[in-house]
Amino acid sequence: MKSILAYLLFFAVATANAQDRYQAAMKQQVSLLDSASTFNPASLNALSNTFERIANAEQTQWLPYYYAAYCLVNEAFMTQDKTKVDPISDKAALLAEKAVALKGEDSELSCLLSLIAVSRIAVDPMTRGARFGTESAELLEKAKTQNPENPRVYLLQGQNLMFTPEAFGGSKSKGKELLNVALQKFTAFKPESDIAPRWGEVYTKELLKMP
Amino acid sequence: MYKLFLPLVCLLFPLAMQAQTVVTGKVTDARKKPLAGVNISLVGSYDGATSAKDGSFSFTTSEKGERLITATLAGFASIEVKTDLSSSAPLLLVLKETVNELKMVTISAGSFEASDEKKNTVLKPLDIVTTAGANADIVSALKTLPGAQQVGEKEGLFVRGGTGYETQTFIDGMLVRNPFSSGMPDFAARGRFSPFLFKGTTFSSGGYSAQYGQGLSSALVLESIDLPERSSYTVGLGSVGPSVGIDKLSKDKKKGYGFEMDYTNLWPYFKIMKQKQEPVVAPEYLNASGNYRIKTSKNGMLKIFVMGTAGRFGFKGESLEYPGSKEEFRLNNQFVYTNVSWKESLGNGWKIQLGTSYSTNRDRITMDTLGKQPEPTRIKTRQDLSQFRAMLSKNLGKFSVLRLGSEYQYGTEASKFNNLEADFVDSYTASFAEADVYITPRFVGRLGTRYEYSSLLRSPNIAPRASLAYKLDAKSQVALAYGEFYQKPEPQYLRFDHNLGYMRATHYIASYQHISQFRVFRTEVFYKQYHDLIKTVPSYNNNGKGYAKGAELFWRDKKLIKNADYWISYSWLDTKRDHLNFPYEVQPDFAAEHTATLVYKHFIPDWMLNLGATYTFATGRPYYNPNRPQSEFMTDRTRNLNTLGINVNYLTTVGKAFTVFVFTMSNVIGNEQQYGWRYSSDKMRRSMVGPMAPRFFYLGMFMSFGIDRRQEMIDRQ
Repeated sequence: MKSILAYLLFFAVATANAQDRYQAAMKQQVSLLDSASTFNPASLNALSNTFERIANAEQTQWLPYYYAAYCLVNEAFMTQDKTKVDPISDKAALLAEKAVALKGEDSELSCLLSLIAVSRIAVDPMTRGARFGTESAELLEKAKTQNPENPRVYLLQGQNLMFTPEAFGGSKSKGKELLNVALQKFTAFKPESDIAPRWGEVYTKELLKMP
Repeated sequence: MYKLFLPLVCLLFPLAMQAQTVVTGKVTDARKKPLAGVNISLVGSYDGATSAKDGSFSFTTSEKGERLITATLAGFASIEVKTDLSSSAPLLLVLKETVNELKMVTISAGSFEASDEKKNTVLKPLDIVTTAGANADIVSALKTLPGAQQVGEKEGLFVRGGTGYETQTFIDGMLVRNPFSSGMPDFAARGRFSPFLFKGTTFSSGGYSAQYGQGLSSALVLESIDLPERSSYTVGLGSVGPSVGIDKLSKDKKKGYGFEMDYTNLWPYFKIMKQKQEPVVAPEYLNASGNYRIKTSKNGMLKIFVMGTAGRFGFKGESLEYPGSKEEFRLNNQFVYTNVSWKESLGNGWKIQLGTSYSTNRDRITMDTLGKQPEPTRIKTRQDLSQFRAMLSKNLGKFSVLRLGSEYQYGTEASKFNNLEADFVDSYTASFAEADVYITPRFVGRLGTRYEYSSLLRSPNIAPRASLAYKLDAKSQVALAYGEFYQKPEPQYLRFDHNLGYMRATHYIASYQHISQFRVFRTEVFYKQYHDLIKTVPSYNNNGKGYAKGAELFWRDKKLIKNADYWISYSWLDTKRDHLNFPYEVQPDFAAEHTATLVYKHFIPDWMLNLGATYTFATGRPYYNPNRPQSEFMTDRTRNLNTLGINVNYLTTVGKAFTVFVFTMSNVIGNEQQYGWRYSSDKMRRSMVGPMAPRFFYLGMFMSFGIDRRQEMIDRQ
């Protein structure tokens, strides 16, 4: 009996340790995302790799896959050689799908998938604009129904509107209206944990400063 | 001793608990080139690193003993190595490249492919239709590519010394009879099919696959689109008539249907813009089409397409035969086309494609010299074609594929020339076998053969085809092609003589291409030998022959000028043939020695303005002057051809609708375009064959709801 108790105690401690280890590692890596020095293609790629390693070691956590994909899609946006964008976006999509498989349909993941769709437009705006622009907008609508309080939905919708030329249905003023909504939602938004997605507030303010 | 040991243990114990091993190493590809960005990880832990630019990596871990280390990088096969962490020797990891479509050689000799799905293509479907001066006619747009001749007085694609009849059009693998509208003599007519029905267009100027037959020179292979991205509605109003369209996608995205209709009437335009001939019946066309597409399984798709057109027009002009009198030409046309196709995977790498199509075309033509004694000429023709096609394909290994197929066509033709009737029926069967064999990912061979039998010609033929392509590096490749091509004589000869045989052409092609992100360079040389062409003198026979040889260049650049895209095509053609009533081998009237095209497209984002221009040049073509002795047959030449077409599109929104205003104009400079000369039967008078008016312009407004289809609207004009 004692030995079982001891065993259970040991197991609890071990699990707690594993949990701590995961939390600690994630917290450290997620904090890197806030650093400006990380926002270059090579660092984002390395960071994505780190998240992927954590994901592969854990197998039950969706957040490492989410962040691995998030880093890659940002890398895709920054990549100058447009022939390299599709392979990066493909991998981001693959990781995002793994996250969906673990977490199920989720507002944050819909936002991520919408970003991936947008990243593909740059490869060939003339032929891809309509298709992926529409896909992105649909995913954001879905994200909104999944969680109307998610500020990133309004940030991304606002951003898309701001960077779409007026003749294609874009509008700077309507974009900014949505960004202001995003800002309000950010103040009310409580992330589920200290490693849950919480990016975007600073970026929203930067966008709002644009002429 | 003991005294010494204790502090040592005390010192070492915490270190031993946390002992950090440093793992270092380098990652390279099979050719020892360092690889950056490789994710190296110690399985089961978070530890690992990303390789630097020089391929080196280093990380620390508290794990010990024998462990698995993995290395992964997109485009390379992942590897797993067992390593002893206590050893401090650097790891040397070698990753092998996986082969993907981009790195593979493609079969390219003789063909220009436009596809969104396949990478490494020279053009996108949009490129074809945004070309100024093409007015969204697939064939007009393809005339900006090397190999095509600028023939303005007859419909069809005249390719590498071949006639328009020598180019066949295929939709989803099936032959299309009457792919062009019925038109007036000496005026080219538009293609019947909108470019937006197709997701892939392959323009083959020779040496094409054994899947297709009955085209001596060229095949235009069109692949219809699958499901739309989402539902949409369009409304258009142009200077020649209105149009509406619906494209509906079901909620589960497994079914879709579409309907389109447009009405064109050129009467008002011709009232304002004087034409060479005076219209007596408004040129008027009604087109309608519908489609239904359904996903029958994960890989299965059923597509049904139906279209119908009705058109009529009549013109009156000066008579060449009877000076001072008027000649009138009237035409009434009805055309129906249906196509049903189904594809499905059968498992084990097998795929099946089944298709059937039916088309019928009726023309009623009246030609009359007004007030003159001869009775008006009345022509009635009707052509019907039914066909079935089945193709099985099987993947062999990773990339190679085998295709086996059969087709059956039943075609009838009934024509009435005043009281003279000439009908015929032909049932044609063909089978083909073809394999794309990848010897390595850089070296591919396509070997195929085609067997055909025509009941009318009462004879079979066997047409072997072969292509080879070798990839020199990531961006360039060389290719060779050879093939035998057979074609039935044109209906106007078969109608009267059922004892004719096939015409035959042998193609040899060599090509080089270099494709990078923003630039394409292609060059081809070819030699084509014609055998058994139809001669009409002294009586119908198969004794004609000829050759065509030439060199072609294509250059496209999207980088040189910001927001601009341009391409240049050049073709040199040396061809002579002895056919029809020719006394000996001469350069035929549809062939120009030099042809060049410049297509330029410019987008001004601030004004949302698209500007386009297409400039075409061709040296003069031979024409027949009956006043010359036979030794000087076809020695006269028309003027060189110079034309400039432009288009301007302004994109905006009106309420919720995406709107675009379109303006296009052909032959802006107004140069006289001589296509040839026609002589009266007494050889005393002649008239120039040329366009109806020096210029044509078009103005339109198009609105789309649901999805931004403005680009498409622009392209339809």
